[in-house]
Amino acid sequence: MFRNNYDNDSVTFSPQGRIFQVEYASEAVKQGSVVVGLVSKTHAVLVALKRNAEELSSYQKKIIAIDEHLGLSLAGLASDARVLSNFMKQQSLSSRLTYGRAIPLERLVSAIGDRAQTNTQHYGKRPYGVGLLVAGVDETGPHLFEFQPSGMTQEMSACAIGARSQMARTYLERNLEKFADSSREELITHGLKALKESLAQDKELTVENCSVGVVGVRAEGKAVIEAFKLFDGQDVKQWVDLVADGTEEVAEGENMEVDA
Amino acid sequence: MNHLPQGWGRPRDDVYGAYDASYLQNSGPNQHTQQPVVTGTSVVALKFKEGVVIAADNLASYGSLARFTDVKRLRTFADAAVVGFGGDVSDMQYLDRLLTSLDTEEAYGTTGHTLNAHNLHTYLSKVFYKRRSEFNPLWNQVLVAGVDQEKKPFLASADLLGTTFSAPSLATGFGAHLAQPILRTLAPDEEAAAGLSKEQAVEAIKECMKVLFYRDARSMDKYSIAVVTKDGIDLRENEKLEAQSWAFAEKIRGYGTQVN
Repeated sequence: MFRNNYDNDSVTFSPQGRIFQVEYASEAVKQGSVVVGLVSKTHAVLVALKRNAEELSSYQKKIIAIDEHLGLSLAGLASDARVLSNFMKQQSLSSRLTYGRAIPLERLVSAIGDRAQTNTQHYGKRPYGVGLLVAGVDETGPHLFEFQPSGMTQEMSACAIGARSQMARTYLERNLEKFADSSREELITHGLKALKESLAQDKELTVENCSVGVVGVRAEGKAVIEAFKLFDGQDVKQWVDLVADGTEEVAEGENMEVDA
Repeated sequence: MNHLPQGWGRPRDDVYGAYDASYLQNSGPNQHTQQPVVTGTSVVALKFKEGVVIAADNLASYGSLARFTDVKRLRTFADAAVVGFGGDVSDMQYLDRLLTSLDTEEAYGTTGHTLNAHNLHTYLSKVFYKRRSEFNPLWNQVLVAGVDQEKKPFLASADLLGTTFSAPSLATGFGAHLAQPILRTLAPDEEAAAGLSKEQAVEAIKECMKVLFYRDARSMDKYSIAVVTKDGIDLRENEKLEAQSWAFAEKIRGYGTQVN
């Protein structure tokens, strides 16, 4: 029935110092389809692979706009992400109402981090089964944060979570130094390329299964922002076509080493 | 001992006679603050090219009695804004504690994020409005001076009703009648204020303090003055009005013993 005696609740340590329920929650994140996030000096971009449960159903939403200056993408239990995103929307709105200020990203991410941690320390509660990438801009420029069910949050320059995300991370690591000075379009292209790396063999990026979220500052160090915008369906065609199989191989074919 | 709980802690009826319950009754409605008690008078402020000058005298009056002569009514916030308080001094002290805790909260854990003068003004106006909606107003009118998100001079007022107002020059209390006309001739609109130098603005504010001292019976010649720019705050709390002349007093006619 149970894998061991120490995974009945999220408050009990195993003798090895592990909390199994929290680890299982992290497994839920790995079951979710992959999402990628990356930042440049001016923009933060989220790209996500959408799944449909069956042929006849619609695709599960993967990117959620929170406020004018930020949005998130999720991997794992979508319903848990809804709870967290609703909370984040409330916090953002409350900051705008009481201070007339867009909430600083770090503040908001810490808030959901604290909430998630509380769930791992109270008997009868369960951890959130969702991982998030939060992208946005504030007074200090564009940011990307990673959130895990354990309550861990950290700022990333690029990140991928979800099923087969290791392949995407490898792409991001290889191209890391290019991101900072990338333009908006370049950054989206990098994101889609990373996403493509982690696709299963028989899958490809289409306008149906692809979401892109973009937010940025108009110019480096400027206060005027390009509000968070979610692109779906035909709106992502321009970028999906850019990274389609044919185009890439022509470009890379020139440098490819060929056996004599 | 009386076994009835309602008898406990009361004088014994058999010794002292029946207890006069009218002392326990609080008949009539519960009353919150109906009027300010210890009060500060005017606060005056004027925008100039790079920032804002704000001043208030150091007197706290008890009715017409000059009760406390060393009460600082200008308060700095996070090196970004100055709040000038008119009205009830105890409510000013409450707000001062509120702002101190807000400042601590804001500085806690985050780097690079502070509330600017605009944010602070929004917050204060919400506090005032909440309290007046509970029929328990904070009896103040405040001026908030500083720079906004774009580093442009910011000056606005908020009062016990939650009313907000913004102008190139502002004055509370008696200053609204005596100082405001002087400041308006100097800076009738934002454009004119943007043409003022720091020296001109300081000079005008000092002139207003002098006029207020001559004409406002609840004022004093010791005052605080602050200059706020994007580079910080220059606050002087023990200024004294110089070069006063009461020569005009002899020529005043029209009331008292000299009817003509």
